[in-house]
Amino acid sequence: MIPRTLLTLSLLLGVPAWAQAPDANLLAGACAGCHGVSGQGGHGIPSIRQTQNIVEFISAMQAFGANRREATVMGRISRGYSEAEIAALARFYARAQ
Amino acid sequence: MSLSRRTLLAVGLGGASLAAPRIALAQAGAGRVVIIGGGFGGASAARFARDHFQQLDVTLIERSRSFTTCPYGNLVLAGRRDMASITFGYERLAARGVRVVHQSAAAIDPAAKQVRLGDGAVVPYDRLIVSPGIDLRWGAIEGYDEAASARMPHGWMPSLQPISLLRAQLEAMPDGGVFVMAIPDNPFRCPPGPYERISMVADYFKRAKPRSKILALDAKGGFSKQPLFQDAWQELYPGMIDWRGVSNDGRVTRVNAGGMEVETEFGEKIRGAVINIIPPQMAGRIARDAGLANQSGWCPVKPVSFESTQVPDIHVLGDAAIAAPMPKSGFAASSQAKQAIACIAASLAGRPLPPAVYFNTCYSHVAEDYGISVVGVFRGTAERMIEVEGSGGISPRNATLTPERRVEHRRLEAHYADGWYDSITDEMFG
Repeated sequence: MIPRTLLTLSLLLGVPAWAQAPDANLLAGACAGCHGVSGQGGHGIPSIRQTQNIVEFISAMQAFGANRREATVMGRISRGYSEAEIAALARFYARAQ
Repeated sequence: MSLSRRTLLAVGLGGASLAAPRIALAQAGAGRVVIIGGGFGGASAARFARDHFQQLDVTLIERSRSFTTCPYGNLVLAGRRDMASITFGYERLAARGVRVVHQSAAAIDPAAKQVRLGDGAVVPYDRLIVSPGIDLRWGAIEGYDEAASARMPHGWMPSLQPISLLRAQLEAMPDGGVFVMAIPDNPFRCPPGPYERISMVADYFKRAKPRSKILALDAKGGFSKQPLFQDAWQELYPGMIDWRGVSNDGRVTRVNAGGMEVETEFGEKIRGAVINIIPPQMAGRIARDAGLANQSGWCPVKPVSFESTQVPDIHVLGDAAIAAPMPKSGFAASSQAKQAIACIAASLAGRPLPPAVYFNTCYSHVAEDYGISVVGVFRGTAERMIEVEGSGGISPRNATLTPERRVEHRRLEAHYADGWYDSITDEMFG
């Protein structure tokens, strides 16, 4: 699941275990709990698939985290994830288009 | 897709070569994953394995042919939902390629790596997931046994007692009666659940029996989302709810089911028209029998993989596991399930385990259009489970919101709670 080169790199750099390459499938599993298995949304919960591209996804998550975009739970959620993880999720949902 | 007893026996005697379809064995990292328990942990694990790891051969052992969720049981109590709307079957999981076996799991043999079923059949595994939920500690409150629970329902294990029993008692209660609840000390299944229950019973009383009262006797000094619940009770149900914490003699130590009376630590005897006892709990029997639990009655696990620290190649999920600061919630179990499956797939293929990031959101209804939440993002390391600093937490308190925004926030969270319920049950059973 983790490209071997990346893994080697992270080992060489001595970064903490959880800083190894994010697993987008697993991270998206958290989103699925509310937004549905493929991020389709429903019942008033927005579709993540409507986020058209990587930049839009990342800036939305940053805006939630900084309380610049009004939300119920998304601010509290986005502050739990690293930039690399949010980028991995952005790529994951962009691919899912 | 379910196997006959004869086939399972053949599998058990014949060994690995017969156990998995040839196609799976031909793939790298193939293996037999057996899951005990078809609730939030087990059903989510089965679905995630089928969606992402086709090389895994997945068997789900679940005694019951249907699953009634604990979440939204309190809305049934309030008359806002019916039992059918919170009950699901396993047909879709079977159609997705999960071998669903409707038998009880009688015993686990970790040395032989096999599970013995209630009918005597044997199911071998390469990795086992145990997601058995809880058992109630009968007798921990003196006089509270299974017989007493018919008169004083717990409403905390749908597989043992449908929430409709407590609902029927509330419906039969005359207006002006007192509903008494006993709430246990930590840890227990669904930390905000008792307080959502208080709220939803109040919602029912307000509409149907407005002179009635609720007395909640709590063995703790504080509880999940406490400021939000208490703000809401004052706002929506003024004068109806009396919550007594442990320092105010809130711990119930004895019940007299015949006399419909509870007794507190310091000897106060309190009668109720309807009495709901939520007793202390422990990991489900199969986990304790297999040596997965420690002296606390719960199961210690490695925070990275939810593999038992006591028995190798067995992962324990959900309420049965010791995962604090993760709560014992359905969403938490589902998050743990995905990580456990990914770890199992990685270990069978000889790859390093994926980073452990877990997630939980618990919504509670305080009224039909008034919802509150607690959110948590967690990381598992080799040593411990930690909640990510600066993230998560509870919904904003009333005082921090404008009146308009406050109404909208509570309304939206109630609505999103319904959306969460639809999504997560669809993932498991849809």
